[in-house]
Amino acid sequence: MIKLTTPLSRDAVRKLRAGEEVALSGVIYTGRDAAHKRLCALLDEGKSLPVDFKDQVIYFVGPCPAKPGQVIGSAGPTTSGRMDAYSPRLIHECGLTGMIGKGNRSANVIDAMKSDPAVYFAAPGGAAALIAKCIKKADVVAFEDLGPEAIYRLEVEDFKLVVAIDCNGENLYK
Amino acid sequence: MRIINKQKLIETVRQCCIEGATLLPEDVLQAMKNAEAEEQSALGKSFLSQCIENAVIARNESMPICQDTGFAVFFIEIGQEVLLDEGTWDEVVNEGVRQGYTDGYLRKSIVRDPLFDRKNTRDNTPAVIHYSFVEGDKVRIVFAPKGGGSENMSAIKMLKVSEGRQGIVDFVVNSVINAGGNPCPPTIVGVGIGGTFEKCAFLAKKALLRKVGEPNSDERYAELEREILEKINASGVGPQGLGGNTTALAVHIEHHPCHIASLPCAVNLNCHAARHVEKEI
Repeated sequence: MIKLTTPLSRDAVRKLRAGEEVALSGVIYTGRDAAHKRLCALLDEGKSLPVDFKDQVIYFVGPCPAKPGQVIGSAGPTTSGRMDAYSPRLIHECGLTGMIGKGNRSANVIDAMKSDPAVYFAAPGGAAALIAKCIKKADVVAFEDLGPEAIYRLEVEDFKLVVAIDCNGENLYK
Repeated sequence: MRIINKQKLIETVRQCCIEGATLLPEDVLQAMKNAEAEEQSALGKSFLSQCIENAVIARNESMPICQDTGFAVFFIEIGQEVLLDEGTWDEVVNEGVRQGYTDGYLRKSIVRDPLFDRKNTRDNTPAVIHYSFVEGDKVRIVFAPKGGGSENMSAIKMLKVSEGRQGIVDFVVNSVINAGGNPCPPTIVGVGIGGTFEKCAFLAKKALLRKVGEPNSDERYAELEREILEKINASGVGPQGLGGNTTALAVHIEHHPCHIASLPCAVNLNCHAARHVEKEI
């Protein structure tokens, strides 16, 4: 098990190989369909984004609401393929270096990950209550009106992941 | 006539939503344990064991098994002698959903318009409700919340009659392989064969409600279920799509008479968090 801490530099990304198990700690950001769409619309308009994604990791998740006393509700990964249309722009234009989700990615995303080194981690899909345990802090930082699709800033401790696609294009889904 | 009180129905639906999201049915848990014992891939085995641990945490702490607490799908059998004392069935069931998803801290995942105005309804309504009318004075409610990831990998095909049994096998197996890791394998594969276009899709969904691995009562279809399951698990997709010998926990087929010109086949996948709860009033 490799211990990793965010921010995740391109140099750190280059060392990761598909199939390796990772325990990730530090700050990560959530984002799924609606948030990605808005981020790319802001890029189109030449406006600044609500979060600086340089050397950051996005977790494709729409969590359940927290009960009183909880940091966050259940929070497992959603299908990453729906973000394929947007991820290359965040990698090229914003310096994003990591993504966490479930399921395969498109050739466009993998090409982007090869040209500007980035890594794609698989989180255990459907193990959402277990994953919530490693989230120590959660704050909405953008698009609050989107409810579960808002962007959260999460602080995670030993989030167990698998390198599913590395920056050489090695892919466990193949 | 037996009068059913509106509040009683709301409360039952509310409980269905909360229990359904947090309690993995015993048969599904057992199937996951069997899969964990038999899985050859180390990553796959570790993933299955995390899912089992997750189900225990969810049960003990009343947390949703999966953050996608789904579209609220109901199958409601209404006895012909039953009368609801106030409101319509749709209104009352949706009120139960509203309360259940709010009080249970479940995720609200429904947008009010699919194309032009994808704004969250904030209470997970409206539900999808399938009613049927049966003899007697009871109401049987089956709640089966359906996540988007597995639902998105559904497929339907109007086969030529000449394609027959082999055409069905190929279509179902390929649909599951093409779905890869997206539907959160190991999945339960619901298959509808026959009926019309929409009936066939309904059958595929209904097939998911059967206890995991319980075979079709018609031996010919039971044999077909076994053959398809074997081929799916030989594909190597594996848990999470990361490789292994457990891609599906079960294949369930439901069939229906059909038109002389037709052989419809529908595939509806359920993730390993195959949630359903049943209550009777």
